[in-house]
Amino acid sequence: MKHIKTLNTKNLQNTVKKGGCGECQTSCQSACKTSCTVGNQSCEAKKN
Amino acid sequence: MQIHQYKSNGYNMVLDVPGGSVHVMDDAAYEAAEVLSAQPDADEASFLAALALKKGAPLAEQETADFREAYAELQELKKEGALFTEEPYAPSVEAYASRPTVVKALCLHVAHDCNLACRYCFAEEGEYHGRRALMSFETGKKALDFLVRNSGQRENLEVDFFGGEPLMNWEVVKQLVAYGRELERNYPKHFRFTLTTNGVLLNEEIMTFCNREMDNVVLSIDGRKEVHDRMRPFRKGAGSYDLIVPKFLEFAKQRRELGLKYYARGTFTRYNLDFAADVLHLHDLGFDQISVEPVVAPKEADYAIRPEDVPFLKNQYDLLAREMIRLEKEGNGFNFFHFMIDLTGGPCVYKRLSGCGSGTEYLAVTPGGELYPCHQFVGIEPFLIGNVDEGVTNTDLVKDFKKINVYAKEECRSCFARFYCSGGCMANAWNFTGRIDGVYEIGCALQQKRVECALMIKAALAEA
Repeated sequence: MKHIKTLNTKNLQNTVKKGGCGECQTSCQSACKTSCTVGNQSCEAKKN
Repeated sequence: MQIHQYKSNGYNMVLDVPGGSVHVMDDAAYEAAEVLSAQPDADEASFLAALALKKGAPLAEQETADFREAYAELQELKKEGALFTEEPYAPSVEAYASRPTVVKALCLHVAHDCNLACRYCFAEEGEYHGRRALMSFETGKKALDFLVRNSGQRENLEVDFFGGEPLMNWEVVKQLVAYGRELERNYPKHFRFTLTTNGVLLNEEIMTFCNREMDNVVLSIDGRKEVHDRMRPFRKGAGSYDLIVPKFLEFAKQRRELGLKYYARGTFTRYNLDFAADVLHLHDLGFDQISVEPVVAPKEADYAIRPEDVPFLKNQYDLLAREMIRLEKEGNGFNFFHFMIDLTGGPCVYKRLSGCGSGTEYLAVTPGGELYPCHQFVGIEPFLIGNVDEGVTNTDLVKDFKKINVYAKEECRSCFARFYCSGGCMANAWNFTGRIDGVYEIGCALQQKRVECALMIKAALAEA
């Protein structure tokens, strides 16, 4: 495309179908402890 | 349908909020996206008419050509499901949020005691609104048993050794790790242990043990010496920076070489609103996994962040982002926890919208074995949720926590960052609004800024 550069074509809508296994970390772990951030977490489903 | 547009560091960023696609646009496409977001079904003629109306003048020939091309490209993205997508999640997320949950993580407060007297400590210098206490091995064992018993089919179980200062009860930490490994042999479970420490008692033996057993270690350090020492003194007032820095650097080096996780983790307050300098100081020291976060404090505290500080703090995030891009391009980059964002993978919609898990999937355990929704609620009587002997007894409270998801909060429903913060921290909400489903506005403003910076960094690095 000439005017637009797409960084990703994430389609969160697709994750509705296969998501929700609950294997992911709770949000407050790893480094934060005082804030809730989920965008930086990884999906554990693909690891299993 | 919702897009979020913003300009940052010379980039025109456009985020498709419900779908998560991110685009960098030139000026014509950026403006076209703005017009189309108000009327996504507009045909080319009405689109051009709307643009002319917005500009207050007929479009020049070249402008028209550019906008026509931009229109076509935007339509293509729409067709591909990368822009102007729908948000059909509410019914399934609400159903998901009300599912039977399992406990998957515990924060074990193995020591309600501390050898530092950090001024912002929500544990009240390690004492957590109660008397100083150390967790016994027996209580810790019951906590791990409780976790295994209540974790359903979940394989990975997270256990944080927290405090106060957990190294003040180190023998029990070691015994509990050994007990966890024993449980792994008898159940289809895997424990991921984490230690959060102020570093005062850290030594070679502890590092070696942690390198063998701990999935992650969180090393508490605030940044520049004067900043760290002001807020993290010993009880008699001397600063702790000089004692801990060499040990933390050694620990980080070992973890890095072994491919293990660690974070140098700091807190910023009103006394160091210029916290970007502290992040960069940690990087200069040699840390490459860094998290520096805003303090959680009662409004009246002298060090609490005030609403009028927000514009300055936003600038700090911008400054930090630009500096991180520069360093990354020089081959000297580092990871800043709050700018981490996974554009291609990342969690599913359910995880993104259903809240942090405190009170349901994540619980904190006091030295005496009481259960609270998370480490920040520990010692606050109305939030006592059960104990390791009887399990969760206050089921009404669990229901209250479970109900909270992004769609349960009016302010979150229209916020562009809702897929990245999951509705925010309930303890923060409680501290500032007296409600666990409240909205902590300063936290939201900073979270939104961090998401914008994180996306912009991706755009800048994609160019390299």
